This record gives sequence, C-alpha cells and structure tokens, in this order.
Amino acid sequence: MQAPDTPAFVEMTGVTKHYAGVTALDGVDFTVHPGEAICLAGENGSGKSTLIKILSGVEPASDGEIRIGGELMTGHTPRDATAAGVLVIFQDFSLFPNLSVAENIAFANELTEGRRIYSRRHARAVAQRMLHRIGVDIPLNAKLETLPVAHKQLVAICRALACEARLIIMDEPTTALTGKEVTVLLDIIRVLKEQGVAVIFVSHKLAEVLAVSERVVVLRNGKKVAEGDAAEFDAASLTRHMTGRDVAEASPGAFDGSGEMLLSVENLQKQGSFRDISFSMQTGEVLGITGLLGSGRTSLAKALFGLVAPDSGRIVVDGEEVPLGDPIASAEARIGYVPEDRLTEGLFLTQSILRNVAVGRLQEHERNGFLDLRGLVDEAADWLTRLKVKTPSITAPVQSLSGGNQQRVALARWMARAPRLLILNGPSVGVDVGSKAEIHDIIRDLGHQGLGVIVISDDLPELLATCHRILVMKGGAMTDEFAGGKISEDVLSQKLTS
Amino acid sequence: MMSDRWKELLARNEALVALVIVLFCIVATLSDPNFFTVTTLSDLLRASIVLGILAIGCMLVLISGGIDVSFTAVAVSAMYMTTKLSLAVWPDMPWPLIFALSIGFGALLGAINGTFIAIFGLPTLIVTLGTLSVFRGFLLTFVGSDRISALPPDMREFSRMMIARGTTESGDFYALPWSLAALLGVILLTAFILHKTMLGRSIFALGGSVESARRLGIDVRRTQFFVYVYVGALAGLAGILHGSMGRMADPFSLVGLELSVIAAVVLGGARLIGGYGTITGTLLGVALIVLVQNSLIVIGIPSTWQSVTIGALILLGTGLPAYQAKRAAARAG
Repeated sequence: MQAPDTPAFVEMTGVTKHYAGVTALDGVDFTVHPGEAICLAGENGSGKSTLIKILSGVEPASDGEIRIGGELMTGHTPRDATAAGVLVIFQDFSLFPNLSVAENIAFANELTEGRRIYSRRHARAVAQRMLHRIGVDIPLNAKLETLPVAHKQLVAICRALACEARLIIMDEPTTALTGKEVTVLLDIIRVLKEQGVAVIFVSHKLAEVLAVSERVVVLRNGKKVAEGDAAEFDAASLTRHMTGRDVAEASPGAFDGSGEMLLSVENLQKQGSFRDISFSMQTGEVLGITGLLGSGRTSLAKALFGLVAPDSGRIVVDGEEVPLGDPIASAEARIGYVPEDRLTEGLFLTQSILRNVAVGRLQEHERNGFLDLRGLVDEAADWLTRLKVKTPSITAPVQSLSGGNQQRVALARWMARAPRLLILNGPSVGVDVGSKAEIHDIIRDLGHQGLGVIVISDDLPELLATCHRILVMKGGAMTDEFAGGKISEDVLSQKLTS
Repeated sequence: MMSDRWKELLARNEALVALVIVLFCIVATLSDPNFFTVTTLSDLLRASIVLGILAIGCMLVLISGGIDVSFTAVAVSAMYMTTKLSLAVWPDMPWPLIFALSIGFGALLGAINGTFIAIFGLPTLIVTLGTLSVFRGFLLTFVGSDRISALPPDMREFSRMMIARGTTESGDFYALPWSLAALLGVILLTAFILHKTMLGRSIFALGGSVESARRLGIDVRRTQFFVYVYVGALAGLAGILHGSMGRMADPFSLVGLELSVIAAVVLGGARLIGGYGTITGTLLGVALIVLVQNSLIVIGIPSTWQSVTIGALILLGTGLPAYQAKRAAARAG
C-alpha cells in the first residue's frame, strides 16, 4: 500500500452519471495513487465502464468532482485526459494493423506533441526507448498485424507509456492471453509500478491480476459496494460482492446411469491435433472435456461436429454412424455445436436476435417453396423466452446484447432444432459472473431434459459445477477421467499441468 | 533455394506486376523488334501521364479506407469548365493560370465529395457514385456538350512545350512533354505527404482502423476531407493535361476510365479494405494497363481482347497474393 501522505493521482468524489433517466453511477468515490494497481470489478451494467469513460473524458459526469494530478477537471475530453497522463488500453487495443510496431508506439506521442512532419527515425527512437522501459524486444519494423495478440498488447502498453502515461487503464487485459503470457504481462505491470505508473484493471477474470494489485474496488448497480486490500479478496469473495449473492455452485455429482446409450466415439484420430480418442456417453449426461490450450480439446470439439475432419475413427450417435468431417450430416444426426468464439463463428452480429435463432430452422418451416414466417417467428420467440434472453425487442441486433444474452441466443438457435447432443465450446467465455451461473443452470437443465451435453472448457469451476464426468486431455490424448463431485479444483488443475 | 527475402518480395504485388511488365516487353520485342525503341517508350510514357496522376489520387483514397469513382467526372468537369471560362472571359489566359483554375475547380468538386463523406459520414462508394452522375450530368446539361477544338492558345502552347525532343542516331523520334514534369511533381508531393507528414501517416492510420484513429485523437473528418479535396485537385490537373495534350476539350472523354484506374491501383498492391498502397506499385500498375491498352496488338493478341486481358491480370495480380496470404494464415492458425 502507498503511504497515506502520498498525494493521490486521481481523485474522484461523488461521481454520478445519469443516462436518459437511468442512474449508471451513483455518488462513487474513487482514488488512484501513483504506482498503485487497482482491480475495478463489477458485472456488466455495474457502472465500471461508465466510471472509466468519465475518467478518460469520453463521457461527462452528471455530478461530482474529478481531479487528475491535483487539477480539477471540468468537461475534459479524451485528449485532455491523455495530456494529463490517463491512458486507456481497450480490449481491442485500438492499434493500426497496417503500420509498423514503431509507428504504432510513437503515433499518439507525436500527435500530442503537435508534430506536422513525420520522422521515421524519431518514431523508432521513441519506440525503442519504450520497449526498453518494459524490457521486451519486438522488431520495430514488423507490421502490427503479423504479431501475436500478447505482443500487440505490449505495443499498446508502450504506446501509452510514450504518451507519458501516469495511469494506464486496461480493459479485460488477460482475456486473450495464455497462462504464460499472463505471467509476462504481470511482470511488466510490476516494472511499471516501480516506475510510478498506476494501473487499473477492469475485468471479469480478476483472480489472475489480484497478485499484482494493492486494492480492489467493486461496483454493483452503480454503487461502490466493496473496497479494500487486495489480500483480503479471493475469487469467491469477489464474486459475492459483484453479484450480491453467493453463487457457489454445487456439483451435480456422478451420473446415475439411467440414460440410454447416446454417443460413442471410437479411436478418433487426427494427425497433429488428437489421437486415440474413445469415450461414450448416455442421454441426460453432461460430460466435460478439458485441457490446456493446445491440448487438442478445441479440435476434438470441432471434429465431433464435423468441422474438422479426423483421419480415422468412428462417431456413432443413437446406434448410427455419422460420417466424419461433415457438419451437415452431424446436424442431421441432431448434434448441435455452439462455438467458443460466438462473435466470429457463431452469430450474425448485425442481424436481429430473431433471425439469429430462426436461421437454423428455415428448412423445417418451408411450405411449398415459401417460408411460413409466422410459424418460424413464433417458434424462435418461444425459445428466446424459455432461455430468458433479456432484450427490449427481439428485432434488435444481436450485437446490442450482453455476452451472457448472446450466448443464450446461440443456445436458442440450437435448441429450436431439438438436438440429441449439444456440444458447448467455452459456454461462458466473455460472460459476466451472474449470467455465468444462469448459463450453468441452463446446462444442468438440458441434461435433466434428457439431452447429452458435452462442455468443453478450461474453466475448471465451470466443469465442476455442471458435469457428471470430466475427461482430461493432454498433448492430444485423453489422460484422465473423473466422476463429478469426486474431485477438487486443485487436483484437477494439477492433472492438467503435470 | 529461394531465400525468404526473395519469397517475401515475390509475394508483393509490385514484384508480380514488374515481372509481368518485363515478360510483356520481352515477348513484344521478340515478336516485333521495333517495339522496344525510344519512340515506343516515349509514347507509352506520354500515355501514362493522365492515368498516372488519376491513379495516384485514387490510391490515396484507397489507403484512407474509402473509394472514389467520381474522379473522372471531376477531371472532365474541371477541364471543360476551365476551357469554357477561359474562352469566354480571357482567351489569352496564360497557361499557369489555366492550370490553377482547373486544379481549383477539381478541388472544389472534391470538397463536395468531402463534405458528404467527412462531414455527414456517408459511405464513400455511394457518395462518389452519386457525384459521378451529378457532376457529369451537370456538365453536359448546364455547361455544354460540344467538343471544343479551338482551345485557348496557351493551352495548345503548353502541349507543344517539350523537355526534350529529337531523333536518336538510329532515327527514332522521341518527345518528352512538360506534362511529364506534372506527373513527377505529383509523385514527389504525394510521396512527401504520405511518408513525411503526420497528415499522411494519419491517412494510413485511418485506413488501418477508423475507430482506433478516432480514439487516438486523429481528426478523422479533417483528414478525410483533405483526401477528397486533394484527389479532386489531382483530377483537375489530370483533366486539363488531358485536354491540352489531346488538343480538344471533349466533355464526353475520361468518364468510363475510372475502373481502369482503380484496376491499375489495385494491381499495384493497394487494398480495397484500406491501409495499404504504394506509389511505386501504383505506377507499375498504370504502366501495365497502358502497355496492355496500347501494345497488346504487338504480341499478337487482338485489341478486342484488351479488357479480357486486363481483367485476367487483375484476377491473377491481386488474387495470387491474396491466396498466398490466406494459405499462410491457414498454416499459422
């Protein structure tokens, strides 16, 4: 913790924000000291984004006082915030894919300096200095689009530093990173803190950043509901504060074996992805498959639905063999697949919620070559209600929904097709804590309705809370199998990495 | 073994286009030994001037992430209005003023595009498709539809001014007009803007990601507005050069060329999604298109096959690198 006599870098008092009659932020006090790292936690709609927008000058506050570096800010713009040393790194990094690393780092700095003439040499010098400051080495001439995500993030950090950042706000910094990359990032954060740069993490997944944070601030419904030493918080208590209720979920236990044989996979094999995969499951069973990134879990998930063609092996559903590598045949065998990246693989973002659900049922609602529009709409609307998609209008585009609701739309599309087996790849990626628990309820409920559900995830608590049985993959092979309720998260985690 | 450097070079459009040009010239020289002479070269160079200036403007728009199809209408309007105005008010107007006037008209029409695109934020293709029709329709309806061959004397004079002309020892005639200097000037100015000014870098940034540019504090509107005014000005220059070199102000000319110009730019490696484009590539693209348009007959392909050839070149020249990039991405993923 900072000594209390250090003057705060950011001091927000009684900050309030109304949007068209809705109070998004209600009298929140928030301070940041130099060199301090803070976790700003909260669910979607808790007001954390609003707080960041106000601090960074994107939105004006309706009421309250904001001081940055001791200066009272009134109606400041993003440029003013940047000039005062407050920089935001958005989840998409806001970089330029077509420009070099050096230019990406130096661009903002050159803009704020009011340069008119561009000097490549100056840009390279600035970039080199900033990369040196965080102790990483990225080729200055490389086009940004050729870099891995983790490096893009480092470029974004360097760009903020080049603007003489004294506070860097990072939106969901760990979402796209692998475990190893997170470690690298945390090391860099430590370096920044030593240099007196403060950091705010805005995230759903806070457990990872708790280690380098001094303080945690939790918002809920626009109010600050908890604040304290990071050491006093753990994942469970954070969740409790964020949701306002205990969302610890009980394991469904081992499967009672009451179903009929639904799926059997025999010796499924794909060069370079997975090998010798055999398992079977019954109707009503929820089966988890886990493994680290690169263990082959995603390839296997896709192979089960025919999106990836295995080299050899058999997939049998309800006693009938399903042709390999043929998603249309898989759908006809009533297998459903909800991909991990629903934004690019699963949903038509700009299309309406209704159309996104209805698209899977066009053939069934065909009458003499025409669409039975009414039947189609009624059915889709019915599923949206049953899965409790929260939206003012089902004709709104899917992209207007929160992550949790988007996932429900993806589920509704498949449910409308009455599947026998549903494969869910990362069902709660990018979904906030409260919605996550509700999605888990839905998954358990699908099992009760007699579907077979395969949950593929690296979120261990999620698997423990939903699955009757968990299979562990490592290096492309199935290495372990556990019955639900018979294993703890720690043991499972050890099995994954050992 | 091909080194990585070579591979990288060959994956770029510029290299491919240059290769095709060289091949074309070799085949042409083999089938007609008179092809590769100073005369042909100076002819081809002259034919590239107007197209080259238009292409550089077009490239700038593509880099910024937009597309402009109205520049030929801008060029012909600026040229014709300037000619009419000069004949009506001051037939003896000196050529620098005539040029300035045409460039000014071009910039003005470009500003109309810029207003719709930068200020009102409308899609660039739709705006310029509209203005293409409007500018040309306005020209033919209100300004005139006669071909004027009695140009202001100074305009004709300019087309006769040569940097160099003469006959080589082997008896080949050549002529390099001053309009070539205009192309050179445009190349230098555009290269300076694109690579040495923050404005130019902002144009690249805009093409890379508008949202990021906005968040970074780049004045997106001003940058876009500049792009369309600049393209208009270049079109005005190209238009008046076209009129003066052809010794006729023809209100029906130029329009229809826009797709060839865009084709040349795309062949040169500019991407329709924005953010990419080089002057070298654009000029190579222009050279190839001019070569195909003027000399296809030399290598024994009937000139009726012109558009087929150009189309095939586009498919090959842009398709191949795109396909390679896709394969590389598939391997990496």
